[in-house]
Amino acid sequence: MRTLSIAGRVLKEMIRDKRTLALMFVAPIVIILLLGMIFSVNSTVNVKVGTVAVSKSVNTNLKDTKHVTVTKYDTKADAKKALNDHKIDSIIQKKNSNYDLTYANTDSSKTTAVKMAFKNAVTNSGISTLKSKLALTTAALQKIQAQSGQQAPQQKQSAATTPKITNHYVYGNSDTGFFNKILPILIGFFVFFFVFLISGMALLKERTSGTLDRLLATPVKRSEIVFGYMISYGILAVAQTIVIILATVWLLGIEVVGNMFNIVVINLLLALVALAFGILISTFAGSEFQMVQFIPLVIIPQVFFSGIIPLESMASWVKAISVIIPIKYSGDATTAIMMEGAGLTSLGKDIGVLLLFLVVLTILNIIGLRRYRKV
Amino acid sequence: MSETVIDLTHLIKKFGKQTVLKDVNLTVNKGEIVGLIGPSGAGKSTVIKTTLGMEVADGGKATVFGETMPDRQLLARIGYMAQTDALYESLSGKENLSFFAKMKGVAKNSINQEIDHAAKVVDLTDDLNKRVSGYSGGMKRRLSLAIALLGNPELLVLDEPTVGIDPALRRQVWRELHAIRDEGRAILITTHVMDEAELTDRVALLLNGEVMAFDQPDKLKEEYQVATIEDVFLKAEGVE
Repeated sequence: MRTLSIAGRVLKEMIRDKRTLALMFVAPIVIILLLGMIFSVNSTVNVKVGTVAVSKSVNTNLKDTKHVTVTKYDTKADAKKALNDHKIDSIIQKKNSNYDLTYANTDSSKTTAVKMAFKNAVTNSGISTLKSKLALTTAALQKIQAQSGQQAPQQKQSAATTPKITNHYVYGNSDTGFFNKILPILIGFFVFFFVFLISGMALLKERTSGTLDRLLATPVKRSEIVFGYMISYGILAVAQTIVIILATVWLLGIEVVGNMFNIVVINLLLALVALAFGILISTFAGSEFQMVQFIPLVIIPQVFFSGIIPLESMASWVKAISVIIPIKYSGDATTAIMMEGAGLTSLGKDIGVLLLFLVVLTILNIIGLRRYRKV
Repeated sequence: MSETVIDLTHLIKKFGKQTVLKDVNLTVNKGEIVGLIGPSGAGKSTVIKTTLGMEVADGGKATVFGETMPDRQLLARIGYMAQTDALYESLSGKENLSFFAKMKGVAKNSINQEIDHAAKVVDLTDDLNKRVSGYSGGMKRRLSLAIALLGNPELLVLDEPTVGIDPALRRQVWRELHAIRDEGRAILITTHVMDEAELTDRVALLLNGEVMAFDQPDKLKEEYQVATIEDVFLKAEGVE
């Protein structure tokens, strides 16, 4: 009964704080829209290549590559000057039968793009040389066959036509990119960040204004306070998750394969973990400003290890840190639901770990409130 | 002797190495107002926190209604008002009252009646539906007192209840406190205002973590051979 009264009171306070409420719902949508634009529009890299003494076929093959512009230079010195003037991103020079490549390398993605384009160009020109040679040999062969009076089999040019390639995507379409990968993690991040900060601040305010003391001077149980906060912030997090998901689906047209309800469940769990975290951390903060100072310590590492930066590329001991990052589990689970349509039953591990976080932190909080009342 | 409500015997309280309460002996009986006076840092708030069970005594004994504190259930019978206003600013006065009434476990059907009564005592009936953020300092103080009065507690523990309240209202508050006493309820009150100490039934002088003197205001004045409690206070401090 008291639990519900506390939850009702916390919700009422929150609803009256219009600015915070607007921030909670509008800020994530604005950021997601921005990120959507940044990552989907500029997913290709345009590179300018300068070539010196490179064969014609390699040059044309390079030119035919998308997003590559080729300028021919007579000498290496000219090309070098252009490179220094930022007119081109790299130089390809042929020395005897070998190639020398020089990269500005100020943008590693451009360097990679040039490497790829050049490799393809060389291979393609090699193939076309082979093709023309093959055509010659075939012609010669046919000539010999005709002379010897034998009937050539009707194979003709069927081998020469290149096979048609059709792409099928299990999830999304050809535009699916980095943004789709980070979106499930981002939803969790927003929920975690806002619930952590606002709940931490709210409890801090209760402490500094004295209302916590007054509350504890009534027969209320410590657990009733913690559970009351859980109910109210749980409701808030559910609303926030729904708004974010609807915004991404309607405004950005992101495909959600699985059940949206499952995503809400996962994020509700994450929000409760964030709440417990916020309440716990707030006991170490003496003021709102000190609470903000915990953001670099608590929130930023979560971003690094959440999976936004691929964990596979990290050293194994660094990877081990991700075990204690709640957002990683919600990110994994939400990714599985959004992209593969996974059901809650198949996400037992992620849900289990989040529940473990929740139980441990909640118990710590209930014990922690002993600081303010000894029973 | 009438029934003892609060009984503190040889109470010792330490925070780390600092001993805040050395040896506090204090009793509050039914139908009695006990004033606790002393300079800042003498340990008045610590006495109150130990009485409420927010802190545990390191030595000695603190009993309320015959039970050793801390005891959570007993808190339902105590009305507490802290030094800070401790109100939810974004809620209205009525919402604050009704929230704390629920927390105290006031029966649902009598909540409204309790709120009306408490508001009338502190003269806030007309402002109950306004948000607390729009209240003046004095109004906040009165609302805070009203919350302590909710549920007709048998014991009131008031930490500096009349700070920031204008004289007319202060008089009204004291009239109500005397009425509560006459109903047979007990009140423990801390104050800085010495002439308020004259309005209590017994005064405890807390100095350096010890109760230096504990008697009726008149007897104290007699004992120290001075005219006012303020002089008693100064003399006690001077002797020390």
